[in-house]
Amino acid sequence: MFLLDPFLEFGFLRRALIGGLALALSAPPLGLFLMLRRMSLTADVLAHGMLPGVALAYILAGLAVPALATGGLVAGLLVVLGAGALSRLSGGREDASLAALYLVALAAGVALLSWRGSAVELTQVLFGSVLGVDDAALLIMAGTATLTWAFLALAWRPLVLECFDPAFAAAVGARGGLWHLGFLAMVVLNLVAAFAALGTLMAVGVMMLPAIAARHWARQVSGMAYAAVLIAVGAVLAGLILSYHADLPAGPAIVLAAGAFWAASVLAGPVDGVLGRLRHRHREG
Amino acid sequence: MSTAAPITLNNVTCGYEGRPAVHHVSGEFAPGSLTAVVGPNGAGKSTLLRGIAGLQAPLEGRIEGAAGQVALLPQAAGLDRSFPITCLDAVLFGLWPCAGAFRAISRAERARAAEALEAVGLTGFAGRIVGTLSAGQFQRLLFARLLLQDAPVLLLDEPFTALDERTAADMLALIHRWHGEGRTIIAVLHDMDLVRRDFPHTLMLARDCLGWGPTEAVLTPENRLRARRMAEAWREDAAICQRAA
Repeated sequence: MFLLDPFLEFGFLRRALIGGLALALSAPPLGLFLMLRRMSLTADVLAHGMLPGVALAYILAGLAVPALATGGLVAGLLVVLGAGALSRLSGGREDASLAALYLVALAAGVALLSWRGSAVELTQVLFGSVLGVDDAALLIMAGTATLTWAFLALAWRPLVLECFDPAFAAAVGARGGLWHLGFLAMVVLNLVAAFAALGTLMAVGVMMLPAIAARHWARQVSGMAYAAVLIAVGAVLAGLILSYHADLPAGPAIVLAAGAFWAASVLAGPVDGVLGRLRHRHREG
Repeated sequence: MSTAAPITLNNVTCGYEGRPAVHHVSGEFAPGSLTAVVGPNGAGKSTLLRGIAGLQAPLEGRIEGAAGQVALLPQAAGLDRSFPITCLDAVLFGLWPCAGAFRAISRAERARAAEALEAVGLTGFAGRIVGTLSAGQFQRLLFARLLLQDAPVLLLDEPFTALDERTAADMLALIHRWHGEGRTIIAVLHDMDLVRRDFPHTLMLARDCLGWGPTEAVLTPENRLRARRMAEAWREDAAICQRAA
């Protein structure tokens, strides 16, 4: 069987599948809130910001996933908190502080890796490898997915309110800022969990592409979240099968599959799809 | 709804980053009073409202009697109207003070939210996405949320701006209904004819308090001229408080 072969034949692909599905369940709803807050590029910024932490952990501990994940988590959280604090203290815009921090962090990460590592290892950190999904990585992915769902169940109402009407949230004492910070921590955690299989750069794709595509399948935020998860699950499956048959690295293959779902959604999705709009205009004209 | 205490302002100065937008205001909003806050752009009307709502602490002075009693209708500009939620869900946020982040919403509360939608003329809109509403319908939605909040003190920041006549009249009727129920209402307004006709009390601001009392006594030609002169004299540096506290 063309579709089942890869997973029957190779244990590491089965692991990648389980880990990928865990990520597909947890990352897209977070991406959805990032998109709705007009922060679609923030995930990318955070993924770059994690790099020096990952690089430092690699130099100290080698290619051990728990160490790399811890390094990435610490660096990512520092970028989040640092950007928030900087914009408050210096009065600048938060996106400007984030941009400055991530550029410095990216350069520092690449510099650290090239100083102590080889080009092969650099690509593995940047783009991931399905071979990187060992037991520890699998546990981190599954644990992250569980934690994310628990957080979303608790934070759903405040997150929606903080996005929809932050002034009202402040007026009724909803502590929107605190929930938002917790939310960003979850984003960092998901990116960290994803990078072992997908790499720091590709991890963002699983978070954002299904979320952006989901806008074309549902009108309400809850429906969009379900749609995003379904699209991500499809992308992980299709991506891994593609990577086996076309001999591609898993990260780019999964993100390309997600990109194909996104393109199809933009074109043919029932909500604001390009084809639907054209047909509508044609009928009116 | 509990009966409101009077809201007292004691030498209140409010502003941003140490720069006062409105200063040294003292006085009292009596329980059940209906007061218009008027003044030129930049007079500090919204800032004072935010201060009373507890959104920003006064730079100086004290505001008493407002904590926990207040519902604020902000200027609609701060909302993300494209956010994908239904009208019913948006109105249900009015229950936040009692339901908070976690408590389940009961069937009775959903029914109350649907009633609030009906009361503002949005019957049948419960399942509509807020992004599909016109500006007038959206303002009706915010009034429905206020209805559900059921607060003894209502702060309305330019509630009639950009509304068609019909919607404005409906919302004004709602304000009178709230006034009849004994709630304290403070509204920032620009339409002086409306203020004269429907608001017994007026607070006139132009950074300073130019007058606070019965509308006819405050909206005198002299006061309005003073307000206009002060507005024309405002420069960046003029915002610094010159009078000793």
